[in-house]
Amino acid sequence: MNRQAQAAVLFLTGGGMLHAGSTDLYLRYVKSGLRPLLLVAGVVLIAAAVATVWYEVRQARAARTATARPGQRDEQGIGDEHEQDEQEDGDGQGHGHREPRISWLLVLPLFALILVAPPALGSYSAMHAGTALQRPWGFRALPAGDPLPLSAVDYAGRAAYDHGRTLGDRRIKITGFLALDRGGTPYLVRMELSCCAADAQPVKIGLTGQLPPVLEPDSWLEVTGTYTSKQTKDPVNGGRIPFIDVISTEPIPAPKDPYESWSG
Amino acid sequence: MTTTKTAPPRADRDADTAGRGAQGWTFNSPLVLTILLVLVLTVQGPIRRALSAPVMQSWMTVFVAVVLQALPFLVLGVLLSAVIAVFVPPSFFARALPGRPSLAVPVAGMAGAVLPGCECASVPVAGALVRRGVTPAAALAFLLSAPAINPIVLTATAVAFPRNPEMVLARFVASLVVACAMGWLWLRLGRTDWLRPPARPTPDGLGKGAAFWSSVRHDVMHAGGFLVVGAMAAATLKAVVPASWLHTAADHPVVAILALSLLAVLLSICSEADAFVASSLTQFSLTARLAFLVVGPMIDLKLFAMQAGTFGRGFALRFAPATFVLAVAVSALVGAVLL
Repeated sequence: MNRQAQAAVLFLTGGGMLHAGSTDLYLRYVKSGLRPLLLVAGVVLIAAAVATVWYEVRQARAARTATARPGQRDEQGIGDEHEQDEQEDGDGQGHGHREPRISWLLVLPLFALILVAPPALGSYSAMHAGTALQRPWGFRALPAGDPLPLSAVDYAGRAAYDHGRTLGDRRIKITGFLALDRGGTPYLVRMELSCCAADAQPVKIGLTGQLPPVLEPDSWLEVTGTYTSKQTKDPVNGGRIPFIDVISTEPIPAPKDPYESWSG
Repeated sequence: MTTTKTAPPRADRDADTAGRGAQGWTFNSPLVLTILLVLVLTVQGPIRRALSAPVMQSWMTVFVAVVLQALPFLVLGVLLSAVIAVFVPPSFFARALPGRPSLAVPVAGMAGAVLPGCECASVPVAGALVRRGVTPAAALAFLLSAPAINPIVLTATAVAFPRNPEMVLARFVASLVVACAMGWLWLRLGRTDWLRPPARPTPDGLGKGAAFWSSVRHDVMHAGGFLVVGAMAAATLKAVVPASWLHTAADHPVVAILALSLLAVLLSICSEADAFVASSLTQFSLTARLAFLVVGPMIDLKLFAMQAGTFGRGFALRFAPATFVLAVAVSALVGAVLL
C-alpha cells in the first residue's frame, strides 16, 4: 500500500470514527463514556492523513524544483526520481517491511461500520451466555413512584438475592428486549456493558403472568409487573434468574443506548 | 528496477513498459482501493443479506466493537510512541533508567503504572522505547506491566470485586512479578537477533513534524492491521463458542486455572474491562479468576498479532508461550498466598 492509499485509509477510518461518535451509532458497540476518545482519535487519524498528503506533495515539489534547476544532469535527475518511485512502490507491495499487506485489513471494520452497521447484541448472544447477575452490594430502599422504573440489574438483584424484601408489592417498570429459550420460556433481557460489546453480558428476567400474544425475539418491551418468588437456574452457567409477574407490556422502539452499564 | 541502467535501449523500453503495466494493474494501491470501494458499494445489498444470520450479526457487532474500542487507545499509544521517537532524545532514557539492566527492569516495570490505557497502547510505546536505545529487557517489562497495573485498570478491578479488595493487590503483585521475571529472563536468555529491527522511513533529512506524522501513519497502519486480525479472532470465539463448556471446567481447581488462562488469551478483552468479565465467572475460584486477569493483559490473540507486527514473528513465537507459562504459574502462587 503506498502512501496515498494509506492516507485514504487513514482518512476514511478517522471519518468513520467521527461518524459513529457524532451519531448514536457508537452506542451499539461501546460504552457512552468512550465518545470523547472516539472523536479525538478520529480527528488525529484525519490529521495524520492530511499531514501524509501534505508532506508527500511538498516532497514531490521539492524533487521537481531540484530537477528543474537549470544546467547539469537533467536526464540523470529524472532517472533518479523514477527509480525512487519504483522503490517506494516495491515497498508498498510488501517486499520491504514498511507497510505490509496486513494494512489492507483496516478496510474491513470500515466496511462493517459504514455499510452494514451491525445491530447491538440481541437475543442470540443473550441466550448463548449465562446470566451475569451477582449478589448486589446492598439494597437501598426504593424511591417513590408508581409504577417505578428500575434497571434490569436492580430488579433482578433484589428479586433473586433479597427475596423481594425491598420490592414488596410495588409495581415495577423494566425495559429490555425479548429472548426465548429452547423450551419457549420468554425472558426480558438487558445486556450489561463495562467497556465494549465484546464484554457485554446478559441479565435475564423470566416473564410470567399477562404475556403479550405474540412473542417476537429481539423486540423491545416495557414491562410493568410485580415481584414473584419464582426463580430458575440458567442452563448455561447455573446463575439465578428471577421472574416478574407481568401486569402489562408495551412494545417500544429500541432505546438510544441499548446497553446498561454495570454501575447504573 | 536497476536493470534499466545496464540494459540496452530496446530492452530498456520493454522493461519500462512492462514495469508500468504491472504498476498500473497490480501494484497501484490507490486504484485498488478505489475499485474495492466502488465494488463494495454496488453490491452492498447482497452483502447485507448474506450477513443477516444472527451468528454473523453477532460476530460483526463484536468485531466492530473490539476495533472501535481499541482504536482510541491505539492512537494514544501511537502518539506517545511518535513523541518518544521524535522529541525525546535517547540520552533521556539513559539518565532516567539505572545503568545496570537488571536494575532497569523493575524500574521500567513500575513505570508501567503511569501509562493510563489498555494493552493496545503499550505495544507501540514499547517498540519506540527499544528503537530509542532502551535495553529490550526493560522495554519488555514495561510492555507487560503497563496494561495491568495502571490506576484505571486497578480501579476497575476494585469496582468489579467489591467484596474481595485483596484481588486488586493480588493482581498488582502478580502482574509486576511476571513483568520483571520476563525482563530478567530476557537478560539471561534473550538474543537481540530475535527482535526484528523495525524497518521504517528514517527520520534523517525530514523535519520534526514530517518525522512525527510519518511515525504516526506507519504505526497506525501497521498495528491497526494486526489489531483487526485479533478482533476477528476474538469475535469468532465470542459468537460461535458456547459458554456452557466452561461450566464443566470450574470444578477441578487446576483445570479451572488453565481454562480461564486460555479463555483470557482467546477472548482478547481490553484490560480495562476484563475485571468485570472475571467477576461474573462466579463458578470459578478466585485464583482462577486472578489468572484470567494476569494473563489477559500480557498475552492474548490481539496482543500476539500486534507483538508479531512490531517486534517480528520470531520474537512473538518465543515470547508469548514463555509469558503465558510464567503468568499462569505466578498467578497460582500469588493466589495461594493472598487469596
